[in-house]
Amino acid sequence: MSTSPQEIFEVAGPSTESPDASKQESVDAASLSRGRLILRRFFRQKLGVAGLIVLILMFLLAYLGPYLTHWKYTDFDQANILTGPSSSHFFGVDDIGRDVYARTLRGLQKSLIIGLVAAFLTTFFAAVMGSIAGYFGAKTDVVVVWVIDLLLVMPSFLLLAILSPVLSGRSWLWLVLLLSVFTWMVTGRVVRGMAMSLREREYVLAAKFMGVRPATIIRRHLLPNMASLLIVDFTINVGGTIVAETGLSFFGFGVQPPDVSMGTVLADEQNLATVYPHVFMFGAGLLVLTVLSVSVIGDALRDAIDPTSGASRL
Amino acid sequence: MLKFIARRFVNYLILVFIATSLAYILGSLTLNPRARFEGRNPPLSQASIHAILHERNADPATPVLVRYGRWLKGVSHGDFGITINGNGTVADEIKRRAGVSLRLLILGTVAGAVLGVFTGVFGAVRQRKPFDVGSTVVSYVVLASPTVVSIIVIQTFFIWIGKHGGPLLPTAGEYDSNLHGLHFWTDRAVRLIMPTLTLGLFGLAFFSRYQRSAMLDVLGSDFLRTARAKGLTRRQALFKHGVRTALIPIVTFFAYSFGLLLTGATFTETLFNWNGMGKYLVESVQQHDVNAVAAVACFTAVLVLLSGLLSDVLYAALDPRVRTK
Repeated sequence: MSTSPQEIFEVAGPSTESPDASKQESVDAASLSRGRLILRRFFRQKLGVAGLIVLILMFLLAYLGPYLTHWKYTDFDQANILTGPSSSHFFGVDDIGRDVYARTLRGLQKSLIIGLVAAFLTTFFAAVMGSIAGYFGAKTDVVVVWVIDLLLVMPSFLLLAILSPVLSGRSWLWLVLLLSVFTWMVTGRVVRGMAMSLREREYVLAAKFMGVRPATIIRRHLLPNMASLLIVDFTINVGGTIVAETGLSFFGFGVQPPDVSMGTVLADEQNLATVYPHVFMFGAGLLVLTVLSVSVIGDALRDAIDPTSGASRL
Repeated sequence: MLKFIARRFVNYLILVFIATSLAYILGSLTLNPRARFEGRNPPLSQASIHAILHERNADPATPVLVRYGRWLKGVSHGDFGITINGNGTVADEIKRRAGVSLRLLILGTVAGAVLGVFTGVFGAVRQRKPFDVGSTVVSYVVLASPTVVSIIVIQTFFIWIGKHGGPLLPTAGEYDSNLHGLHFWTDRAVRLIMPTLTLGLFGLAFFSRYQRSAMLDVLGSDFLRTARAKGLTRRQALFKHGVRTALIPIVTFFAYSFGLLLTGATFTETLFNWNGMGKYLVESVQQHDVNAVAAVACFTAVLVLLSGLLSDVLYAALDPRVRTK
């Protein structure tokens, strides 16, 4: 009621005001691809950008940080056992003389890589299994849903613990593979639901009747249409797998001895944590900060891709 | 309604059976019980190792399916086999430990779920007010922390309280066998505080996120406006129509979250040195005890499915459409 006709006019079309500006605007909108639009919306969110900056800093710290100190993660400094942070040992020294800074960064490297690779694989499995179940339906669907239900009954921690002897003496990539094989189920369900609705669309039906193979339809028509869901899911999985890996490695069910991850670092230091907090808290803090930044990025990305989604009301 | 629950129940029973069998077979393939007896000092003869392993149905020389058949025959009579150490049956061990874990899990889950739902509802109703912002930040941080880190932070906090004149709580053990009578039970109750807080905090963070989101969806809905229009007060409309509707999606998350809580209980029991099922899981894998692994898997599957069944019942109670179908 309070808006004057003039205001409505302004909003509806600045075109009559200055034809030049409208031309500029339309060219702008056309050249702005969906990807650019999403990026622009993402960078408008302070929290998401802050998360991205923190994550980049973590990567820089993990890979360039070790060059700032002359201590290696394998060194022992017997003279300074359990001393606090100093200019030589940035995070102090633990009970057998290892430099906490060097060890933490070494663990952070592995945890970041495991988080990224395992999250990618998890999303990949979810996308493949979900779209196969959703697209083919019928018996294929029944089998996949059944597998999902079965894997959901068993906490993945339990299955991974049982399978952990397989890991000893093998590369950490096996752990990554196992982690993703047992964590794709929930997203797989969502993907299945989307695939079931997408397969009824005209363009999918058209492709089908033209004789395009199912694998090609899934790759060319189904997956690109759920790209936004998959991207957000990937981001969320990074945090989830880092936490899961930490838990497994803590009990020795994850990353195996010659390798070091945040889980093994925290496991080594946890019995000192309440007495000598510096040995534990730096590593724990960096880990929590990493996972936190990833989850904030995920939320911002979801908002950027779908501004009407729930997360935008944070 | 009863038919609906009965059908779900049968479906769940089949899943429990398959999950337990899967755990047994996977465990038999990957674990190596023989390693426990080799390299001992004084060394055991090959024949006696073989005899011990055979007696405990854990001889890698026997084909997995034969061992599985023998194990299954025992399980059908409620016999989960002998522990790998030979000091009693797995069933006895489970009986001793199940109560410890259940106490922790039930208290932690109920406290976490109830507080989480309330936090979520109040956060949504007072959106962007200090309480909402505070609870959001706390739950993000809790969900980003591995359980190990949360436990250490809680322990450090209580030790700090103890140092500054507060009561000093014991950080390890489930009970103190030196105490008797009333002191024993009060001590035992006090020892529950920190582990329950750990699990409850996780539940609180987890449920409050989902509840807040579901509640925000409901707050803008037409039926809530209708409820106000027919003369209900804001509070009545919110609790009778708003919260009830917003609870429906949360109830389905309940079953999923239980697996996460069980994993959390593993850490809690280990770090607080409680001899519960979670600790047994870790120990049985480390000791290559296949019978124990399968029994723990069975216990876990039963709990997950009970929570699934519970969430089905709650779902039907909250949403009348499910009942009539």
